[in-house]
Amino acid sequence: MSSLRMPATDRPDGTRQGVAVALYDLRRAYGPVRALDGLTLDIAPGEFVALLGPSGCGKTTALRVLAGLEDPDTGRVEVDGRDITATPTSARDMGMVFQAYSLFPHMTARQNVEFGLQLRRIPTARRRARGAEMLDLVGLSEEAERYAHQLSGGQQQRVALARALAIEPQVLLLDEPLSALDAKVRVQLRAEIRRIQLEVGTTTLFVTHDQEEALAVADRVGVMRAGNLEQLAAPQDLYSRPATAFVADFVGLTNRLPALVEGGRAQVLGTSVPLLPGSAQRGTATVLIRPESIAVTADPAGRATVVTASFLGATGLLHTVTESGESVVAQIDNEAVSTFNPGDKVTLIPRPNPALAVAAD
Amino acid sequence: MSLRATRRRRQASFRWAVVGMIGLFFALPIFGMVEFTTRAPGGGRTLDTWATLLDFGAMDENYPELKAGLVASAGLTVLTVVIMLVMLVPTMTWVRLRLPGMRRLVEFVCLLPLTIPAIVLVVGLAPVYAWVAYFLGESSLWLAFAYVVLVLPYAYRALDAGLSAIDVKTLAEAARSLGAGWPTVMWRVILPNVRTAVLSASFLSVALVLGEFTIASLFSRDNLQVAINQLGHRDTSVAVAAALAALVLAFILLFAMSFVGARRRTHRPKES
Amino acid sequence: MRPTGPRLLAEHPNTRAPNGRKPLGALLGLLPFLAYTTTFLLVPTLIVVVGAFLDGNSRPTLGNLSALAQPQIVSAFIHSTVLSAVTAVLGAVFGALLAYAVSTAREGGLLRRLVTSLCGVLAQFGGVTLAFAFGATVGFEGFVTLWLKKYGIDLAGSTWLFEPYKGLVLVYTYFQIPLMLIVFLPAVEGLRPQWREAAESLGGSTWHYWRHVAGPILAPSFIGAMLLLFTNAFSAYATAKALISQGSPIIPLQIGGTLSSEVILGQENVGKAMALGMVAIVAVVMTIYVVLQRRTTKWLGS
Repeated sequence: MSSLRMPATDRPDGTRQGVAVALYDLRRAYGPVRALDGLTLDIAPGEFVALLGPSGCGKTTALRVLAGLEDPDTGRVEVDGRDITATPTSARDMGMVFQAYSLFPHMTARQNVEFGLQLRRIPTARRRARGAEMLDLVGLSEEAERYAHQLSGGQQQRVALARALAIEPQVLLLDEPLSALDAKVRVQLRAEIRRIQLEVGTTTLFVTHDQEEALAVADRVGVMRAGNLEQLAAPQDLYSRPATAFVADFVGLTNRLPALVEGGRAQVLGTSVPLLPGSAQRGTATVLIRPESIAVTADPAGRATVVTASFLGATGLLHTVTESGESVVAQIDNEAVSTFNPGDKVTLIPRPNPALAVAAD
Repeated sequence: MSLRATRRRRQASFRWAVVGMIGLFFALPIFGMVEFTTRAPGGGRTLDTWATLLDFGAMDENYPELKAGLVASAGLTVLTVVIMLVMLVPTMTWVRLRLPGMRRLVEFVCLLPLTIPAIVLVVGLAPVYAWVAYFLGESSLWLAFAYVVLVLPYAYRALDAGLSAIDVKTLAEAARSLGAGWPTVMWRVILPNVRTAVLSASFLSVALVLGEFTIASLFSRDNLQVAINQLGHRDTSVAVAAALAALVLAFILLFAMSFVGARRRTHRPKES
Repeated sequence: MRPTGPRLLAEHPNTRAPNGRKPLGALLGLLPFLAYTTTFLLVPTLIVVVGAFLDGNSRPTLGNLSALAQPQIVSAFIHSTVLSAVTAVLGAVFGALLAYAVSTAREGGLLRRLVTSLCGVLAQFGGVTLAFAFGATVGFEGFVTLWLKKYGIDLAGSTWLFEPYKGLVLVYTYFQIPLMLIVFLPAVEGLRPQWREAAESLGGSTWHYWRHVAGPILAPSFIGAMLLLFTNAFSAYATAKALISQGSPIIPLQIGGTLSSEVILGQENVGKAMALGMVAIVAVVMTIYVVLQRRTTKWLGS
């Protein structure tokens, strides 16, 4: 999961375009369901923030509140220091890319891109030039005269992106733009989106349920659950230092293992492991350990048995079960996958990386 | 007050205003029928007309043409639906399974009646029906042959939608690979899955047959609408009551059908 | 995202028989259908088309076509066309408004189901029922007539209900509007909320959205539906027959007249010529409709 971030000072004057965005204590309920439950979020100028979470966690609602397509029950939305909570969508100057059906079907790609400019009565020559520039930015100059139904899903989303950026918006909003696309296209296009965003420098909010996607492209990722943020941090911190069990579970793979906690350390799988701040302090607990934090050695006298070995291309995963019946998944070299057979005995030793411990339930 | 809530309220009031006004336009004649059939001779309301209409026993004596029309239409409805289903469902399934190239042709033929109005069809059907009368007699029931043609476009579209929603080819191939013969495939695999479409096509046919007048009248045969028209010259009140009753019946049928269809509809994915 | 599911599999039915021959046995399965439609649809159509060019002694002639130039027939064609056009426009406008209103209602909700079923019935139920309904309302004894009489407005003075351009327009509109709803509602429902939201986020107001997005997208469907309404009114027979007892101001009534017993031998082929004329007009309109439909499915079906 390599990051695509470039150094922040890649512009001649060292500044980024874009404005600051702030969401204060947003609450929104649909009947008994609380879509937003006191969400507070700051986005720095030019920053790319991803909102990540399962269905129903409120991430799309948050984005739509920012766009003005939904009204919060209480709370404030500020852009560039100004309170825009009461401003209608058409006056907010934000570019938006939807999950599907983004493009107007009766217009060509070029007409779609130029639409916002047309509404602003930009003179034709400038409008054409800007439209062409945007299509070039997303690499679709050749397809300018095609209609939506003649373009692939990935191409449609690129045009949607060009259309959103054509109006030079203060904020760029992306509502699961890649979720409807094929896996390969998704990986390609997310890199494209990030590249373009860095080039243009617009403050961006990106909503997704795919954690790999969020970690790969964002400056910071906010994991949401039940209408609020569980943790907002850079991808690296989110992954290595999860604040709650939910975040640890949601982002990446996690093993949940019983352990005894004492004095800032936990006894798990026969080894002592340091704990992250915020962990349970003493007694029985559940420790959350990542597969790559468990070392595996083939050992006829080992206390764990192999169930299956999975080849994932770049790495491998070994599924094992301990003497006490715990399921443990450990990461192994892709070359080592074929050396393990079901029924083999292995020894599992956690590495000394700090882990999160939560009270046993 | 937020803009969005205002917009939604405005939309709702627009919706109710439009539906209300147009609804009024539609309700007026129907109300007129109700009003007309409940007039008492000295002013005031009475249900006498309706009592007369619903007195099936006395209908034979007082309104024989109405009874004849009712019976004929009842038979016509059943016969039309049966012929339509027996002919269309196997044919359309067969085309999908074995003759995909013929699909365009079948579609064209089925939609052709939209371009050949009933009044034109009648002109051309006169000689054909002379032969039908020769072989099968003069009964109104044989109008069903013509009715099936009238119903073709609507039934085809309903059945086509239903067959498109299920993957006929895969289902049939799966059943065949498990050892089913063609009758089994049709009866136990395809048909249960297009139940909604079949019901829809049937209800549309019923509505059309109950409302048909042109062909029956020009061939001087009995059916409900012809009977009501004739009755109108004799006893307007009862005729209007009969017309209203037929209308209400058809509405109940179609309204019920909309529930049958709604049950199977897939839900849109929830917003997150 | 709409599930694509099973449909993907059946998208390319390149199923020719393994050795490439056209499956003859399979064609047999189509026989009942073809036999039936030939007898009861194609043969009658042919009879009309061919009969239009035959005289009373079954010899080819163009006499029937020239008979179409008779004043009462020409005027019948004109009346039919004008009546159909006017009611098509009226039905289209009000039906579209109704369709838009219904589309904003909750999907699967009671209002929508009620309106759609009601329109399904009313669209089919022209004819006798409708004529009687209007008679009971605004006819000689109609309650509206009587009610207006109280205020000194005399409706029953003229037989306005039975005149093509007043009564018939009103009555035809009654079944045109429901038909419009049935035909046009799917198109209105095909408008994706994302288009409106995209237009808004790009700075467009409601007016801009309708002017640049929804309007152009719905235009082909709207016109197509209007054309369908035209053919529907043009072909209608029962309603006029039940309302009009004297004369045949519109073409369907003229044709019906040639079938009744007071017909001079040979005149019935003029009826076939008239029928042919009707079919020609309807066919042209329907072709335009089909062309428009194809464009719409491309846009709204995506």
